[in-house]
Amino acid sequence: MELSELNFGFAAIGAGLAAIGAGVGIGMIGGKALEAMARQPEHSGMIQTNMFITAALVEGVALFGVVVALLQG
Amino acid sequence: MNRLFKVITIGVFIMTASTFYAAENNSHSTEDQDTKKDEAWDPVPVVMDHIKDAHDWHFFDYKDEHGHDHPVSISLPVILYTDGNLDVFMSSEFEHGHAEVSKGNRTYKLEHGKIIETNGLSVLDFSITKNVAAMFISVILLFILLRATAKAYRKNNGVPRGLQAFLEPLILFVKDDIIKQNIGKKYTKFLPFLMTVFFFILINNLLGLIPGSANVTGNIAVTFVLSFITFVITTISGNKNYWGHIFRPPGVPVVLLPIMIPIEFLGIFTKPFALMIRLFANISAGHIIILSLISLIFIAQDALGNGGAWGVAPVSVLFVLFISLIEILVAFLQAYIFTLLSAVFIGMAVVEEH
Repeated sequence: MELSELNFGFAAIGAGLAAIGAGVGIGMIGGKALEAMARQPEHSGMIQTNMFITAALVEGVALFGVVVALLQG
Repeated sequence: MNRLFKVITIGVFIMTASTFYAAENNSHSTEDQDTKKDEAWDPVPVVMDHIKDAHDWHFFDYKDEHGHDHPVSISLPVILYTDGNLDVFMSSEFEHGHAEVSKGNRTYKLEHGKIIETNGLSVLDFSITKNVAAMFISVILLFILLRATAKAYRKNNGVPRGLQAFLEPLILFVKDDIIKQNIGKKYTKFLPFLMTVFFFILINNLLGLIPGSANVTGNIAVTFVLSFITFVITTISGNKNYWGHIFRPPGVPVVLLPIMIPIEFLGIFTKPFALMIRLFANISAGHIIILSLISLIFIAQDALGNGGAWGVAPVSVLFVLFISLIEILVAFLQAYIFTLLSAVFIGMAVVEEH
């Protein structure tokens, strides 16, 4: 068996790691946003908007990893 | 209502649990082992076929009495430019990849969805493919909807009703909160482009969720063009402040300049690149998830037999419904993010001296 045929499913592991990164990042964003909304309910709308924007940016980075994993595996 | 929910929950649970008892052993009988060995259903080609572009609009296959697959699809025109000759024909002449098409001294073959010329001549493919046809449909739909809104706005009969009441707040939201806020005084110059980008991405994202439609914004060529136009606009409208911020970042000690200037210079290219990848990956990943969850039913049919497939079906369809609702949110969000970031980049390019 040649070295190039050894396929241990690293692409799937890579995609999983990217998903962990996205989960941790967006979880932290959501948590901080909820804390801020609890402290100042009158600004909920603005906080929610910024939460969505930041979550989309973090998800963009995680999807870089997913795209590379898709190309590989 | 509570009783209805209880009945439905118990019904779904029973159907799902019974998959383990209904498993047929048709894959273990020795006489079938030779013919059934390589018939385990592989979801990857099916999922990839739904994501990728194609020269015909394929809906489904049906099996006739002999067991042959008959595809049901709409053929689209193929427009090729080879070696100074323009060849136009319908993709039905390819007979779904089984036939070669000869026009003059050129012979074309469909290989893995790409058209190649058997003699090795280079082919420029201008065909109306599935994505191009879908873009035509969404552009016509968008034109009809927005023109109706504009006409209703011009008539100004008081409180807006119907389509105008739905689209006008969205248009005003894009104009005020995305474009005007991030670009500032000169926003009217960039308003048409950003408004078009928002509605184009939104309507293509939403139409892509309909079963049997084309995956337009999940095609990296489409997102590349959109982000390339943003890149061209920011580079052309960059004023002295913009280039000054890149090559002479204010407030940076001289020691750090050899690091900061290459980073800022690369940033000119990585920002539109991230725009492209973000939209492409979000939409494609959503479609792949939905298709994979439906494929679970057929994988269960292979592993557990027909009973297994019927049992997995309700769970799978519920998951698909849940993911589709999230995908509607993602459709809006990705259109908003793309337009917002494009507005921010353009705003940075035309920023005035503080």
